Amino acid sequence: MSTEIHLHTPLKTEDLEKLNVGDKVLITGTVYTARDAAHKRLAELLDAGKKLPFDIRGSVIYYVGPAPAPPGKPIGSAGPTTSYRMDPYAPILMDAGLKGMVGKGPRGQGVIDSMVKNKAVYFAAIGGAAVVIAQAVKEAKIIAYEDLGAEAIRELKVENFPVFVANDTKGNDIYKIGVEKYRIDD
Amino acid sequence: MKEINVSKIIPVVKKLCVDANYYAGEDLVEKIHEFLEKEESPTAKGILVLILKNQKIAAEEKMPMCQDTGIAVIFVELGQDVHLVGGDFYAAINEGVRQGYQEGYLRKSMVDDPIIERKNTKDNTPAIIYTDIVPGDSIKITIAPKGGGAENMSEVKMMKAADGIEGVKDFVVDRIKRSGGNPCPPVVVGVGLGGDFEQSALLAKKALLRPLNEKNPDPKWAAVEEEILERINNLGIGPQGLGGRTTALAVQILSMPCHIASMPVAVNVNCHASRHESAIIQ
Repeated sequence: MSTEIHLHTPLKTEDLEKLNVGDKVLITGTVYTARDAAHKRLAELLDAGKKLPFDIRGSVIYYVGPAPAPPGKPIGSAGPTTSYRMDPYAPILMDAGLKGMVGKGPRGQGVIDSMVKNKAVYFAAIGGAAVVIAQAVKEAKIIAYEDLGAEAIRELKVENFPVFVANDTKGNDIYKIGVEKYRIDD
Repeated sequence: MKEINVSKIIPVVKKLCVDANYYAGEDLVEKIHEFLEKEESPTAKGILVLILKNQKIAAEEKMPMCQDTGIAVIFVELGQDVHLVGGDFYAAINEGVRQGYQEGYLRKSMVDDPIIERKNTKDNTPAIIYTDIVPGDSIKITIAPKGGGAENMSEVKMMKAADGIEGVKDFVVDRIKRSGGNPCPPVVVGVGLGGDFEQSALLAKKALLRPLNEKNPDPKWAAVEEEILERINNLGIGPQGLGGRTTALAVQILSMPCHIASMPVAVNVNCHASRHESAIIQ
């Protein structure tokens, strides 16, 4: 669990296959933000066979609705939101080429199966480390759905964005493994 | 009768919104340190250290600890000898929320219609406001900004008297078990017992306001709180659900009388950014 791995976007399958749950990863490059409302729109575009507002192949989506940027900063506090709400949309995005998801909390079996099939990875960012994460964001700009406010899609340039591998390409789940290790039965 | 102009309320609410989101309470910081000492999992220790670091930087940089700066839940204790003048009391509170969230660079998380349109109101209003009339001639205002991830793990159950205290304990522990990493553990667990359906839920939320270094004044409930806390921390969920000893920092109970046929039990969960700030307007 102590290994620290550097990944650059766009993510490559061969790099992702080497990851194991619990690995600490530092992501550098471009990350797109999207949460509930933006996911609904992205899925509708894919269903209609239309083009997405960004190139999804090899991309990373971060489930976050950041706080507004204070003067002189690219972004406000930017910790992860709870991921299971994006579960209905995640498999269709992975089928289109999405390789990395960043959020918090466990995923459903359908999403885990899709990660195995598509060789994609789910990373846990630390909820409540919102200011620390904001400091890893060097640039931020809205690229779609400005009307959604905090939920608009932003393109973030990140340096060493700290995350943990929660689900790897082999179907392992840290939310099951980690909890079993520390559970004490009555 | 003491006259208070509602315009006095606006800057007070504005400051409370900002302070509650920027600054972690000392009781919360102490509690996390206490659990850090006892934590066995290296990953969990790392996360607790990161949470403490985040609280420190948030205060220094004047940024919210968490990007989910919450729905503005406001508890008012209005002295019965106060005569409010100068406008609408609730409008003044909402104006304070609007100014606090806009000028404090806090996230606006309210949508106007819950189901169909879900359009952001862009200023985090309306606030959720509860007013109690109390003796005296001052106004006490408490804000408890509540994040969505933690609020979504709440539940009310209309239990039977036959379920007994063991049934209540099992329900609370199971609610936290089913929540896993979703509410951003380590959490604070508010439990409301008795009243009726909606009153139990309000008690559970009010229970979260008790300082974390204060025990329940009723030894009977203090013992139940300790037992539930131990069982929750034996679940192994740990900080952020990645495994560990520290799943909850505290369990806090409020209770009141109820109907002979009923035993309402409510659970309301706060994430580790357990926020609340109070002020008194004289």
